[in-house]
Order: sequence, then C-alpha cells, then structure tokens
Amino acid sequence: MLQTEQLTINIGPQHPSAHGGLHVEAVLDGEIVVDAIPHLGYVHRSVEKIAESRTYAHYVPYTARFDYLATHLSVMGYVQTVEKLAGIEIPERAEYIRVIMGELSRIASHQLCIGSMAIDIGATTGLLYCMRDRERIMDMFEMTSGQRLLAAYMRIGGIAEDLPEEFFPAVRSFLQDLPAMIKEYDGLLFGNEILQARLKGIGKLSAEDAIAYGVTGPNLRACGVDYDIRKAEPYSIYDRFDFQVPVGSNGDAWDRVVVRKEEIIQSARIIEQALEQMPEGEVRAKVPRVLKPEKGSEVYHRIESAKGELGYYIVSDGGEKPYRLHVRAPSFVNLMVLPLISKGGLIQDIIVNIATLDPVLGEADR
Amino acid sequence: MMQKIETLFVDLADWFITWLQGWGIPLAWADAILVVVQFLCIVAIVLFNITILVWLERKVSGFIQERPGPNRLGPFGILQTIADALKLLTKEDIIPSKTDRWIFRTAPILFMTISVMLYIVLPFGKDMQVVDLNVGLFFFISVGSLSTIAILMGGWSSNNKWSLIGAMRSVAQMISYEIPLALSLIGVVMIAGSLRLSDIVAAQDNIWFIILQPIAFLTYFIAATAELNRGPFDMPEAEQELTAGAYTEYTGMRYALFFLAEYTNLVAVSALASTVFLGGWQGPWLPSWMWIIIKTYIVLLVFMWVKWTFPRIRMDHLMSFSWKVLIPVTLVNIVATGFGLYIFKGIGG
Repeated sequence: MLQTEQLTINIGPQHPSAHGGLHVEAVLDGEIVVDAIPHLGYVHRSVEKIAESRTYAHYVPYTARFDYLATHLSVMGYVQTVEKLAGIEIPERAEYIRVIMGELSRIASHQLCIGSMAIDIGATTGLLYCMRDRERIMDMFEMTSGQRLLAAYMRIGGIAEDLPEEFFPAVRSFLQDLPAMIKEYDGLLFGNEILQARLKGIGKLSAEDAIAYGVTGPNLRACGVDYDIRKAEPYSIYDRFDFQVPVGSNGDAWDRVVVRKEEIIQSARIIEQALEQMPEGEVRAKVPRVLKPEKGSEVYHRIESAKGELGYYIVSDGGEKPYRLHVRAPSFVNLMVLPLISKGGLIQDIIVNIATLDPVLGEADR
Repeated sequence: MMQKIETLFVDLADWFITWLQGWGIPLAWADAILVVVQFLCIVAIVLFNITILVWLERKVSGFIQERPGPNRLGPFGILQTIADALKLLTKEDIIPSKTDRWIFRTAPILFMTISVMLYIVLPFGKDMQVVDLNVGLFFFISVGSLSTIAILMGGWSSNNKWSLIGAMRSVAQMISYEIPLALSLIGVVMIAGSLRLSDIVAAQDNIWFIILQPIAFLTYFIAATAELNRGPFDMPEAEQELTAGAYTEYTGMRYALFFLAEYTNLVAVSALASTVFLGGWQGPWLPSWMWIIIKTYIVLLVFMWVKWTFPRIRMDHLMSFSWKVLIPVTLVNIVATGFGLYIFKGIGG
C-alpha cells in the first residue's frame, strides 16, 4: 500500500470563491474532502457593541451593512423591532413601500446568489447575466434613496421619503421582463447538463439535520421543510398577499438554487400585488425625536430575510440608546452546516456548497 | 497577380536561398539557415497572432456577456493586449523562497518551446511547411502531449498546495484525453493512408474529412479542449477553486509565457483541426495561406464560444467521460471506418 498523507489547505480568506472573507480550512485526501471547517471573524466590526453607544435612529445605517446584498431587508428587521419595542404604528403606505423594497432586495440577493454560483463553477457568463438584471434593481434603489448598495431608506416610523414618480414605470417594466430573465437563466444555466451534474446530489442536507442546526430560509426549504416566516408568523402586511412558498425535496445544492429561482418569481408576485393595493397617504408616522423605550423592556422580532430568519433582540434600559442589541444572523447559522455537507465530497463541491448556502460575511461576522 | 499572391511566401523563400547563394554559401548551408529563419518567422507569427487572439477572445466574451470588452486603447481596444504584455514584462519577477528554482524557471520556457514546436509540421499553405515529416501527425500529437510535463514541473516546483493539486489534475486529465485525441485522428489516417500532413490535405481534394468522419471531428474537438486546458475542461487552472492552479506562484513574464503558450497551443490545435478535417489550405479563389487562416479562426471562434458558455465540469466526471464515453466512441468509429473502407474498396476495386 502506498503511503499517503492528508493535505490541509486554506480556502480563503483571500480566495476567488471566498465570498468576502470566509476562511475554510479543508483537510483533503487527494481531491476528497475529509473535513471542512469554516473560520469566521475576518470582517468582524463589533457592530452589536457599537449599537450601545448610538441612539436608535442613528443605528439604522449600521444595519444596512449586515446583509449588504439585501440591504432593505436588514434595515426592515431593525426598524420593525424598534417600532415593536416603542409601540409605534406606521402608515399603510409606508408598509407597502417597505414590502416592495424588501422583495426587490430579495430578488437582487437571489439573482446574485445564482450568478455567483455560476461563476464559482466556471460559468462566467451566468454571473454577467444575473448582474445585468440585478443592475436594474440597483438603479431603482438609487432612485428612491440615492444609494445603490447600502440604502438606509427606512426610518423608525416609516420610510425616509415617498417613492419618486420614475420608480413606478421602472419597477413595472422590470416585473414585465422578469419572466424573460428567468427563461434566460433556465437556458444558459439550469438547462445545462454540466451544471446539473455539478449541483444535483451535492451537499445533501437532511431536514432533521437542517432543523437541528437551525438552518433557515431557502436552505431549509430546499430540504423539504415548508417554513417561511412570512407565512408562519406574518409580520408587516404579508398576510394580505397571495404567494406560494417554494419547497425543494432533496436538500442538495440543486434544490437550494432552484428554490431561490422560484422565490424570485414569488417575490415578483408580491410586488405586483403591493403596487396594486398601495394606498395614498403619509409615509412616516410622528415619532419623538429622541426615542426612549420603557425601562427593562425587551423584544425579539424576526423577519424572513433573503438568507433566512433574521432576528433582532433589543433590551432597553430606558435611555435613548439600546442597552443590548443582538442580531440572529441567518448566514452565520447556515454556514455551520458546511462541514456536515462537505465531508466525503470533492474539493470542487466545497465551492459549490459555499455558493449555494449563500452566506453574506458582513452578516455572519458582525 | 493571383498566382503571385498565391506563391508569395514560397517565392520569398526561394529568393532568400538564391540571395544567400549569391554570397557564396553552399546550398545545404543555405537550406539550414532558411530553416532557422522560418522558425523565427513562426515565433513572430505566433506572437503577433496571439496579440490579436487575446483581444478577440475578450471581444467575443464581451459580446457573449453583453458588455463592450476592451474599447479604450486604440480602435476597438486592439492595443489592449500590447499594453497588457508590456505590463507583464515590467512586473517584478518573484520566485518564492522555497521553490525548486531551476525547475521553476525552466517550466514556462519548456512549455513555450513545446508549443512553438507544434508549428513545424503544420502546412500553412501550398508547399508552405517547415518540415514535411512522413509522421507529421504522430509528431504533432507526441510533442503536444509533452506540455503536461511543463505544467507538472511548474506546479510541483512551486511548493504550493494549490499548484500541486493543479499539476496533479493536469497530468490525470491530459493522460486520459491524449488517448481519445489520438484515436479520433486514426480514422482520418486510415482513409488518407498516410501520417504525412500534406498527404492528408491532398486526400481531401474532393471531400473534407469532416463529412466522412463527423464523429471523429466531434471527439477530436472535445479531447482537444481538454488537452488545451480550456473551459469547460480548465481543471489545472480552475480559477474559482484552485486560485490559478499550477500557475499560482508565477508572476510577470513567466506567467505570461504560460499564458502565451496556452494560446499558442490553441492556435496549433485549431490549425490541425482545419488541416485534418476542414480540407487544410484547399479552397477556391483565395490564396491557400489565406484559407488556412480563415479556417483556423473559425475553429478558434467555436472554441471561444464553448468556453464562454459552459460551466466547468467536475474532475471525476471528466475522467469517467473520457474513459467511458469518448474512448469507446472513438474505437467504434475506427471499426466503422475500417468496415466502410473495406466495402468501399470492395466496390471500387
């Protein structure tokens, strides 16, 4: 028998597929993965601690930097938590605008997930197609808030400003073109046999394991668990919309990506309905300039972000700043199944697994 | 006039020989000098061709990906490659401390040398061939397969784990794909009855071999893509997995040499495809050397199209595809060609 040695290699933190500062220590036997351990902390900014020295309103832009690929959803989670804590009611129109922006963010995030999955397995053109379409959403964000990526558009008690006139034709034409975009992804990526061979049966995660690890979001639904906070525990105005929750069956990389693709279509349906139902009126409630929630009050609020269950836990000591703020980041929890699903696969499958778990490191390290 | 253009390069060579003889150099010596000059010309052509090719690849990928591609430097950004080459030339040449220096230094040069050697047997036009070997095709395949050694040398001597994995992949892949590559050409050799490339071109006087051997062309094309380390078979480089695989530690001109050699190989393999399957330099109206350029570029564009459309195949799928699909198909093709020839000769003779 030939003497062989195991090889430890570090994928990241500087690596083309590291998704922004992820470090995976991979132990290899030839090309076969014996172990893959994610190491986090390369983009740690102690943002949770910073919250303790900022007022509630000042902290809004910081939350935009958690999940910077679906920035509106990150901010939405925070402002809703504060509103719950302080008992603020916000105008109808603001709720609708929040939903529209949030779902647009979800579409952008899923498009980027599909695109980065494509480039991580060598299909460069797939990324460019997804980026081209995501660009239109970014333009819409720029119209509304002046910011493309880190748009802190929402405020405690509503949103910063009403939607501009040119936003409506832009979003309508985007929704109109969306089926054609999905068809293009189907033709270029999902219909490709090499891609199917790369994704199907790779990184299988069972429903039991997923629940045990606390995996949420599209990654959980890919395992066949029908769980979406928008349906299970409707927040904001999500109970008014008619949409489905796409569910996979195998929990492999293929299902994880296909579920995201289906979610894009469902998000578009929500936006369409929201645009129809949206009432006229104010977009911002009267909120005291300095917010001082009751002493000792604490609240945990969770929303379905693009990556999974995004929860904020805030404790107030009666002052104008939070006493403690904690973020339950879906990317962090989802990443923890990486060793489980990568073991026994090939080194190329680690890359696929990272890409399809779709972590955002700005959220995993806070 | 047409005749002049047709034999332009042949006339030039003849004039060169006479010119040398005018200086009192014996014919044998003059021939030897001519071979050297021809070799230098090949290097010049190759380098010039690559500058165009890299630009073309970027433009084609830009077209496929709905973006403009290089468009700043010169008309349509055509000078971009030259600027990039200059940049690579002036970059710091880093040799990491724990490398095997001599092997590390030799690998890119060896790779480039091997690639240029491929051109010696290629017929660029009527009577335009540096050496018309009677085993031309065999020479091409055997020299072409040497490039594995260069990649292995580069990958192993770098003392980098990524490079080592890249080099290992390269060896496994090239050995697996060498076989279908050679086997797919055997059908053609059987029909032409010769390994000499000029004979193979002459045999396609009436009908191109792509029509007689379509399956062979397809298998040749796939195996050649793998042989060239191009997408979707770019395992040894695999940017998104192995950073740059065997080339990770290379910088500056040494990296550029690897890069250039890959393109040199690409042109050589495309030129062989057009020689063996697409009738070589034969064609109406235009001079013969123009035809080979046109055909080679058509094959090149197909290579680019494939690269920018497909994702990278997985390593184990790649191996099983070669051994379980490509090799059986090529073997069946050889048997079928044998039967076909037997029946055809039976009717004819």
